[in-house]
Amino acid sequence: MREKVREILTAFDGDKSQVIPMLQAIQHEVGYLPEEGMEEVASYTGLRRSKVYGTATFYSQFYFTPQGDHEIKVCLGTACHVKGAMNLMDTLERELGIRCGETTTDNKYSLKRVNCVGSCALAPVVMVEDHVYGRVETKHVKGVLDKSAASV
Amino acid sequence: MQQVFETIAKQSRAAWKALHREDIPQILIGSATCGRGTGALDIMRAIQRKLDENGIQALVKEVGCIGMCYAEALVDIIKPGFPRISYSQMTPEKATELVESFLVGDDPRPDMALGHFGDQALEGIPRLYELPVFDGQERVILKNCGHIDPESIDEYILQGGYSGLVKSLESQPEEIIEKVSQSGLRGRGGAGFPTGRKWASCLRAQGDQKYVICNADEGDPGAFMDRSVLEGDPHSVIEGMIIAGYAIGATRGYMYVRAEYPLAIFRLKKAIAQAKERNLLGENILGSGFDFELEVFQGAGAFVCGESTALVLSIEGNRGMPKPLPRPRTTEKGLWDKPTLLNNVKTFSMVPQIMNRGPQWFAGIGTEGSPGTAVFALTGKIERSGLVEVPMGMELRRIIEKIGGGVPDGRAFKAVQTGGPSGGCLPDEMLSLPVDFDTLDRAGSMMGSGGMVVLDDSTCMVDVAKYFLDFTCEESCGQCVPCRLGTQQMLAILEDICAGQGREGDIEQLLALGESIIKTSICGLGKSAPNPVLSTIKYFRDEYEAHIKEKRCPALVCHRLILYRIDEEKCSGCGLCLRSCPVQAISGEKKEPHQIADEECTRCGICLDVCPDRFGAVECITGQENLASSGRDGSECPH
Repeated sequence: MREKVREILTAFDGDKSQVIPMLQAIQHEVGYLPEEGMEEVASYTGLRRSKVYGTATFYSQFYFTPQGDHEIKVCLGTACHVKGAMNLMDTLERELGIRCGETTTDNKYSLKRVNCVGSCALAPVVMVEDHVYGRVETKHVKGVLDKSAASV
Repeated sequence: MQQVFETIAKQSRAAWKALHREDIPQILIGSATCGRGTGALDIMRAIQRKLDENGIQALVKEVGCIGMCYAEALVDIIKPGFPRISYSQMTPEKATELVESFLVGDDPRPDMALGHFGDQALEGIPRLYELPVFDGQERVILKNCGHIDPESIDEYILQGGYSGLVKSLESQPEEIIEKVSQSGLRGRGGAGFPTGRKWASCLRAQGDQKYVICNADEGDPGAFMDRSVLEGDPHSVIEGMIIAGYAIGATRGYMYVRAEYPLAIFRLKKAIAQAKERNLLGENILGSGFDFELEVFQGAGAFVCGESTALVLSIEGNRGMPKPLPRPRTTEKGLWDKPTLLNNVKTFSMVPQIMNRGPQWFAGIGTEGSPGTAVFALTGKIERSGLVEVPMGMELRRIIEKIGGGVPDGRAFKAVQTGGPSGGCLPDEMLSLPVDFDTLDRAGSMMGSGGMVVLDDSTCMVDVAKYFLDFTCEESCGQCVPCRLGTQQMLAILEDICAGQGREGDIEQLLALGESIIKTSICGLGKSAPNPVLSTIKYFRDEYEAHIKEKRCPALVCHRLILYRIDEEKCSGCGLCLRSCPVQAISGEKKEPHQIADEECTRCGICLDVCPDRFGAVECITGQENLASSGRDGSECPH
């Protein structure tokens, strides 16, 4: 892991202003932020480990445990909320057998909430990876899951 | 400089002409994030396949969002001999059929068309700009969105792009700032600070290095104006930033874009590379001796980073926690303690046009105190949701009822939420208010950056207030007590009220807490966090009281205050609800009345939706007496 992270970091010059882009790059490659990753960023930039950890934990984009193959994000923006996004979240939690913020035991899906993906006219919205599914009803949830599973 | 640019523009014209041959049709696909969400890319592939099959030569290209999100997916066809025609609600199948009729054949299919852009009448198809959705709209910021290929710098240049930069580079920085001041432009991020004044103070500030930052951390839930501009016309923002850099003496710029906008980030990076290639960005721009470098910084998901000092800390690699007052202004000590100019996406995107068309032109639009136009993301319970751009000062009612087409499904309008988590909800009687920076503020809401969510009578206002408090609680950076703990307290009270545990005095407690949070929080997030609660109490106090005193949710939303039941007299035992229930909470023999097991029911409401109107056997009830008559007290429900 350390080797991999070091290789990712070679794209940066080690300036401490690049902490967030470095963490993003690691998460992009590894899928989450392993402890070794944050330690490497600290030693590469000369910052204290606590400082790097403090920055990473402040932002909702970063995860500290391995994530599922597919990232399912339910938009809980205002427009989605008033159009029943919570019912979608309930349905997804039930279908996947996990709570929001968790990953299925087979590591296939991670279920997350997102505050707004800015596609409010299509509310309610579910995002799988970078794809936005609009006007989703509870009866569509199974289809969305099947489609994402097929896209491996 | 003019000559250098003329050579570039000539090349752009030539490149554009080679692509846009007059003898072949053009097909425009609205492929911003919302278009893609309705299948734009599948549609594009289907169209290309159909064209190939029939050996038809055509230019198929992607364009940004024209703002009619309700009509997505949109496909426009410009066929020689016809004006440009827009087709709405496209699917791959419909688009294939359209190509067959109109491009293989010669039938423009009025039945599928939304409108055309021509000057002359066209049999069976209305003029697009005469549709009610364009009533009173004026496109300044969104001028190019939906019309040009955002990934082509040539198209932007052909629309007059970068000529504002050339004009600016030929003037003195003070002259540029004077023009911006004269135009009366105010920051479009929400606060409405005079842009010219901000630029002037940044020019005056001493520093060996200065920075320009574009705040594209559009985090307000219910807002997507900035995303549309970045996805549909990225060069306009870049051009505005270069002009700002020249005006204040900055040589570096950052675009802080939220990570949830991958397409915007992709298109911006591409646009920056194109501008560099043409020497409109980078070293010695157009031979002027002015250098300006621009990079995209991807946010990492923190709403509070929309606040200027937090955003700056975030670029520096820190936790994005706003700096407490007193503190030096960002314009004097910003990024790495250097003078920094921070403006919103829409503010920058207006600058090139002000340089080109003059400050008087801009000042002539809108109202005296708030000149120009405002872009709103009109969403929620509205017939025609989408992006709307209107002159400042237009009545709220005209935006909602005329442009938006009012509330759908025969339901009644209840409120409009503006300004996101910092704003508030305004009821019907406030809809005569003109939209500008100052009026909405006085009414207890705010214009904000432009989110406008319409709520109907099926929306519970206490639930909406709870929703926003949950949001700010989650997004509070945690550094000051009033915001960190105060919002938690308010949220706990709201949760109790929604769960049927509300007590006498809760409303007063919320008001008192709200007031102290506003007075004592250190940044804008905290200072505005109570607004959604205070404005709903101000205008919808009766709903709070119904929850507290009668354990009744008038909009039938709060799960613990409602239950679903089947009227035995009316139920025919058709089994539709039983089969549709996702949690098998409904039982009953065929042709016998069914029952709902309350402890299993999750209140999804599907049974009510599927029960045929001719039976109308499923009902949703609320209120202490009703719930008690159904065998339970409101507080016992497990959900």
